[in-house]
Amino acid sequence: MTTTAVAETPATSKQPEAIEKISLIISKGSLEEIYPGLIMANGARAEGIEVNVFFTFFGLDAIHKKRQSKIKVATVGNPGMHIPTWAGGLPGVSALATKYMEHQIEELDIPDIPEFVEMISDTGAGLYACLASVDLFKFKKEDLIDEVEEIITVGEFYEMAAGGQIIFT
Amino acid sequence: MTTKLLAGTPVEVNEEGFFVDPDVWTEDMATELAAEANIAVPLTDKHWQVLHYMRKEYFEKGTGPTVRKLGKSSGVTVKELYQLFPKGPAKLAALCAGIPKPRGCV
Repeated sequence: MTTTAVAETPATSKQPEAIEKISLIISKGSLEEIYPGLIMANGARAEGIEVNVFFTFFGLDAIHKKRQSKIKVATVGNPGMHIPTWAGGLPGVSALATKYMEHQIEELDIPDIPEFVEMISDTGAGLYACLASVDLFKFKKEDLIDEVEEIITVGEFYEMAAGGQIIFT
Repeated sequence: MTTKLLAGTPVEVNEEGFFVDPDVWTEDMATELAAEANIAVPLTDKHWQVLHYMRKEYFEKGTGPTVRKLGKSSGVTVKELYQLFPKGPAKLAALCAGIPKPRGCV
């Protein structure tokens, strides 16, 4: 930008306000639906934005001790896979697609889900589990990774999200 | 582009305050930039370790590392990085280290 351009900017024009806080909801349990939420959470912290992540429904798998390393790509009913639905349902196809994706992700030096979730916790983001979903799946606090701060209600989530923006994935 | 007076020297910076020419950077400038970014000065050894690592990476690879990369190879953990630079480690460390803002999603 040149100094002239700056001088021409009217004094009344306002810079859009920077985002200070976000609350992310991760509600789905497939690899391609968990990663975007994690990337957005991590990226927000890297920009100095305050972040809370709320895991609900199948999204809970991302913070479940036994399940978080077994998350698969959805090959059925996923047009983005560019394979026929019947083929996506064949035995081993989801495992194969997952393996392939994980390899690509690793090549980009993006951590796997367990490591990524731990890293996000290390950035100072708050990780929370949804009470209704924990009850629904009959999980206990011990089933979830230690980084999870608390199991909270939807009301508590909204309280926590106050003053920021909410992103649902 | 604007010119900013740092440690008594005029320095060209972009709209976000990042150096246009990383070669003109000095440690005194880093201290001034850190203070402006609300980081307690004098900087600690860990801060300097990160800043020097940022510059080394930038001069070797042409781009500064992201937080993930810093956590893996700078010798300072992700947790510590956020304690040292609470408002975004890679971004603030690049700013104080006089290199362009690192680009990368993870």
